[in-house]
Amino acid sequence: MGKTNIDENVKWTDITEGGNIYERGNSSEFKTGDWRTSKPIFIEDKCKQCMLCAPVCPDSAIPVKDGKRLDFDYYHCKGCGICAKACRFNAIEMVKE
Amino acid sequence: MAIRERMSGNEAVANAMRQINPDVIAAFPITPSTEIPQYFSTYVANGKVDTEFVTVESEHSAMSACVGSEAAGARTFTATSSCGLALMFEVLYIASSSRLPITMAVVNRALSGPININADHSDSMPTRDSGWLQIYSENNQEAYDNFIQAVRIGEHEDVRLPVMVCQDGFITSHAVENIELIEDEKVKNFVGEYSPKHYLLNPEESMSVGPYDSTHFYMEHKRQQAEGMINSKKVIMEVAKDFEKMTGRKYGMFESYKLDDAETAIVIINSTAGTAKDAIDILRSEGKKVGLLKIRIFRPFPAEEIAKALEGKLAVAVMDRAEGFSSCGGPVFAEVRSALYDSLNKPKMINYIYGLGGRDVKTQNIMEVYSALDEIKNTGDIGSTYRYLSVRE
Repeated sequence: MGKTNIDENVKWTDITEGGNIYERGNSSEFKTGDWRTSKPIFIEDKCKQCMLCAPVCPDSAIPVKDGKRLDFDYYHCKGCGICAKACRFNAIEMVKE
Repeated sequence: MAIRERMSGNEAVANAMRQINPDVIAAFPITPSTEIPQYFSTYVANGKVDTEFVTVESEHSAMSACVGSEAAGARTFTATSSCGLALMFEVLYIASSSRLPITMAVVNRALSGPININADHSDSMPTRDSGWLQIYSENNQEAYDNFIQAVRIGEHEDVRLPVMVCQDGFITSHAVENIELIEDEKVKNFVGEYSPKHYLLNPEESMSVGPYDSTHFYMEHKRQQAEGMINSKKVIMEVAKDFEKMTGRKYGMFESYKLDDAETAIVIINSTAGTAKDAIDILRSEGKKVGLLKIRIFRPFPAEEIAKALEGKLAVAVMDRAEGFSSCGGPVFAEVRSALYDSLNKPKMINYIYGLGGRDVKTQNIMEVYSALDEIKNTGDIGSTYRYLSVRE
């Protein structure tokens, strides 16, 4: 849990006035992955680490570390499927959520 | 010593604003409230205040500027009427849900159409669900007194909601009457400094105002906002008590005039209460037991208190200076009648739509209402509950 403690169980007595946020740089803490209806599956065996997928993700939901892509960030991935289209090696498969 | 003066309702409110010397006023002119920002702009030009006066291109912009400025931490006022208030409608909800205690002078005027510039309450009544407190004023003195109290009520930490202070267009806003002003320093001390806990211009804390509120949170915010409105009742009475200490002028949720022993009564808002008091004096001199309940605070609605005050009356007429087009009565009627629902000893109750578009209301017209109540009292027959006063038939 991050700085803002955005928590779906918060009671009305404990929530901030008008939803005001008293911190900066915290939009990544807002879980948007639950909007998804289909989900990309990363098939690591087929992946050549060509890096065609990560830059086209509109939600930066493909983390890259040391020149290699990692598994999806499902906290923010909305299942748009652009990465699966971009992949030349069938290393991303879209399935129903 | 209080200052004895004579001035219009608009000038009275402009003077209250001058004495408080707010950080920001953003306003757009519209009849009949135009004089308020007009007077105030002369105070700015003459150096009597150091307020940032923001001239905007519409009322939507005026209220939006108020939202921005109040969120920044600045005490902010505005004024409007009629279609100006209607154009603000969207932003009124932003102000209240963001818990920004803006204080606004509303000079009541009919909404178009047909286009009309005179007094009725069709502008403020539709905003009754916007989350703003609504205070109504019978005359220039009350408009002035209410405005000063409104600032403290809205800014109170248990409330933190915007407040509109209403007076009748032309009848109150332009008629020059005697008034007792409070000394500038006393007003400043009464209202005090505005020091919100969180504000955008605070260098010690970053803050975002008005973020998207998903379905998981919106309802909790509305419940929290409702709590501010519930709390405001207590605060209104506390502020009124302090105000009475300072001025000797007593205010409550409503004013009762010869109501205690009355058999019949009318419920009314704003300037026509003065006319009704004259009618009551005439009828009382003829031995008739008639009284008046003048609502001062319409939001929050003092349902329990009104029920208590009207219980045991034989017949009551609720006066609406706005059509709700429900086909069964105006908004004040709906709320007052609902307030009496749980009373064991409730009066027979009728509604009058009156004074639309500035239609003059004379003591004779009010006496007609009491005659109608007499008839209900004597025959027990309530007849139509939804009536019009002084409409040509």
